[in-house]
Amino acid sequence: MIARVIARGRSRLERREATAAWLFLAPALIALAAVAFWPLARTLYFSFTDATFDDPSNYGFIGWRNFTDIAGDKLWWLALRNTLTFTVISVALETCLGLGIALLLNQTIPGRGAIRAAILIPWAIPVVVSAKVWEWMLHDQFGIINNALINLGLIEQGIAWTANPSLVMGVVIFIDVWITTPFMVLLILAGLQLIPEEVQEAAIVDGVPWWKRFWSITLPLLRPAIGVAVLFRVLDAMRMFDLSYVLAGNSQRTMTISIYARNQLVAFQEIGLGSAASTWVFFAVAMAAILIIGTLRLDRATSR
Amino acid sequence: MGSVSLHGVSKSFGKLDIIRNVDLDIADGEFVVFVGPSGCGKSTLLRLIAGLVPATAGEIAIDGEDMTEVPASERGIAFVFQSYALYPHMNIARNIGFALETTGIGRAAIRTKVEQVASMLKIDHLLDRLPRQLSGGQRQRVAIGRALVRHPKVFLFDEPLSNLDTDLRSEMRVEIARLHEELGTTMIYVTHDQVEAMTLADRIVVLNEGRIEQIGSPRELYRQPANRFVAGFIGAPRMNFAPVTATARSETVRLTGPGGLDLGVAGNWSATAASIGVRPEALSLATGETAKASGELLRVEDLGHEHLAYVSIADDLVWTARVEPNHETQRGARVGLGWPDDALFVFDGEGRRLGAQAGMRG
Amino acid sequence: MTEAIANTRTTRKPSRYRWRRRARKTGMVAAGLLVLFYTLFPYYWAIVSSFRSGSQLFSSNLLPTIDFTHYRALLADPVFTRAILNSLIVAGSTTLISLVLATAAAYALGRLNFLGKRAVLLTILVVSIFPQIAVMPGMFELVRWLGLYNRIGSLILAYLIFTVPFTVWVLTSFVREFPRELEEAAIMDGCSHWRILTRILLPLMGPALASTGLLAFILAWNEFLFALTFILSDENRTVPVAIGLISGSSRYEYPFGPIMAASVIVTLPLLVLVLIFQRRIVSGLTAGAIKG
Repeated sequence: MIARVIARGRSRLERREATAAWLFLAPALIALAAVAFWPLARTLYFSFTDATFDDPSNYGFIGWRNFTDIAGDKLWWLALRNTLTFTVISVALETCLGLGIALLLNQTIPGRGAIRAAILIPWAIPVVVSAKVWEWMLHDQFGIINNALINLGLIEQGIAWTANPSLVMGVVIFIDVWITTPFMVLLILAGLQLIPEEVQEAAIVDGVPWWKRFWSITLPLLRPAIGVAVLFRVLDAMRMFDLSYVLAGNSQRTMTISIYARNQLVAFQEIGLGSAASTWVFFAVAMAAILIIGTLRLDRATSR
Repeated sequence: MGSVSLHGVSKSFGKLDIIRNVDLDIADGEFVVFVGPSGCGKSTLLRLIAGLVPATAGEIAIDGEDMTEVPASERGIAFVFQSYALYPHMNIARNIGFALETTGIGRAAIRTKVEQVASMLKIDHLLDRLPRQLSGGQRQRVAIGRALVRHPKVFLFDEPLSNLDTDLRSEMRVEIARLHEELGTTMIYVTHDQVEAMTLADRIVVLNEGRIEQIGSPRELYRQPANRFVAGFIGAPRMNFAPVTATARSETVRLTGPGGLDLGVAGNWSATAASIGVRPEALSLATGETAKASGELLRVEDLGHEHLAYVSIADDLVWTARVEPNHETQRGARVGLGWPDDALFVFDGEGRRLGAQAGMRG
Repeated sequence: MTEAIANTRTTRKPSRYRWRRRARKTGMVAAGLLVLFYTLFPYYWAIVSSFRSGSQLFSSNLLPTIDFTHYRALLADPVFTRAILNSLIVAGSTTLISLVLATAAAYALGRLNFLGKRAVLLTILVVSIFPQIAVMPGMFELVRWLGLYNRIGSLILAYLIFTVPFTVWVLTSFVREFPRELEEAAIMDGCSHWRILTRILLPLMGPALASTGLLAFILAWNEFLFALTFILSDENRTVPVAIGLISGSSRYEYPFGPIMAASVIVTLPLLVLVLIFQRRIVSGLTAGAIKG
């Protein structure tokens, strides 16, 4: 028998499967093109024009002027600094607190299930609600926290947490930590549960003390999970809008780059300038993403 | 009816070649078993025939008709999966009849067919249950029923018994043999279990690294393996091998090797011999003249119905011999090993068996 | 030297280990209670405050009192009830649309082989990190062009930007874990891809769809920036913005009582669902993230 080897590029069966796949994907991809890529492209386009809301169809091209205008605005740089301060401090605190709680929940303690359920609550309620609840608890005269501090004799009279310009950023960070720590806990806990128990048991039997087990076993094995969690949180923190806005409106102390961009757009009705600011936000977030993903990659490559 | 032929069939996933240029002809009504070590491509070859995996090259014909591009469901075949793959949300009747729902025959007709098949497999009392309420053996029967109901030209089985415990396995083995006898339909069966292969197959296909090593009846594979791989793969415990050096003389060839091996083999076909093999069941503990090799007895395993002796004939070479239960040899003693002349297999440097006629007497 | 070792050995009595273990356990329980207090107290305090009116509101008594004044006022307020209805419509529609789109996409991404699969997955991942503000000018134009400005339809459309990537991602990881042989069995039984999806996969995806849907619903229900920007009039507002805009009759009378009551009304039903689906939500949240 002569073996007839007919090399086909791709068989009909394979092509049929690919066609089906694209058909199934089409609705979702079209939706994403319409609500994500098209608007993003339009934003980029508008950022080179002097369009305004009074007459959005009538505009002219002004080149890079919007970008240079924004770069020359002190308020933009202040907003960027606020955003970065907020991002670095809150993500750092969330990671430490999240790691601690996750380690605790990974132990067999009574009520573990209850804590694991309770921890979802700050995550599930709207940021607006969280902001309002904390604002109420931090109220200068009637807030429960000031009351408690006065009763404990720690302070003489109520502190205006949200009204005091030097405190308000701290309050924003504090509330954000409360809202998003659950997310950190869940991701780190999932990472912890991927670590085989035998590895820990082997170390225990070998008499390795707990702190060394933590540093040399748990933490290195958790690095990928923490890395992913930090990535998600940083990107989220970089575009933060609602918490600052609800708590302090347009206060310069807590203005983030998202608030700045929206102000250009909505308050000042400048589509061109607002688009340029939005584009800056996009690139800031993209830069952060590339930096972190690059670090994670490098980390993964060197640890191999 | 249900002949299957493959011509130059290859499959690669990216750069990885799983099946390399396979030619195979299976006659109608034959029971063919694919065996081979894990990763040899036996399961992929079955899926290529089924149409579940598209071929990279080559042609697949069923009943003389080119099926290479025909979708799986229209090839006239049925597939029984290792995990049974029963639809967990449908009851047994619907599981069996599901394939018929798209063919446009009426509900009553489907029900009749399902009941027919169910009674044939003795699962008619389970039709209203869900798969999770069934035992492993019952699920297996449902999986077979699902295949039966379609009246396929060819049945494909992918390690169907590997999830069952030993008792059920032999019961289902007999059941499948009975089905084949009753239906007379072509069956292709993948397994890693030698007992299943030897007992069920008309012909066995031994696969290794995506290539067919040998095709033959169980008896042929055991008695006349084409090469060292097949010789080692078929039979348990596996065949004993030893490297040898061949020196050609006028009439005979002299083979020398470890453990004092020094054999004269008639015929100059063995001039290129590089290794020899003897099955454990052909070996016996021997002394003096009858001993063809010798070594140190390492230990004897008592398996009840048989005893296995491990004899170290060289530093890194241990032979296994199936010996009589009433031997009286001490551990650590030097023992001789003997075997009948026709039990010797000789292989060349590439592992091909030499002198295909030599061992044919059995 | 050997004597010293022997000595320390003898001092290690079993009771010492027992004591140490108990201390450790007590410490952990205390830490657990602290975590519980930290996560729960603010919400508890919101509930307590929502049931207090007048000067009672300013009391720092930790025990609850029951006074439905704020709830009655809120439920009689057409703006607030309308906001709840709007939020239900917006979050419900967004969830439904994304589940439909995502189920089909997840089947293709999780089950079918085609060139460019990685690129598609990457694209979807990239969309999920788009800052909302970055698409806002373009979205504004789109919404106006479609005539949806100041209508809740604008939000249903805009919210797809975060619900679609999220649901596709989570459902894909779920579809991937489906047994391959089950799908092959369906192919053998003559199922088209459509039939495999609707008859085999979908019936078995119920729980996954419920939890993913709930997560998407929460994302849409809680959204603030688009809702604040695309809606101008009170009757079209959604709940988060409505709560954000509740204000008192004067600058000094800040209506925390009604705000807390509103907060409880709009979060309690969701929280109950979250707690019911707790396990699945956690696996849904983490499945998407860990694999990325």
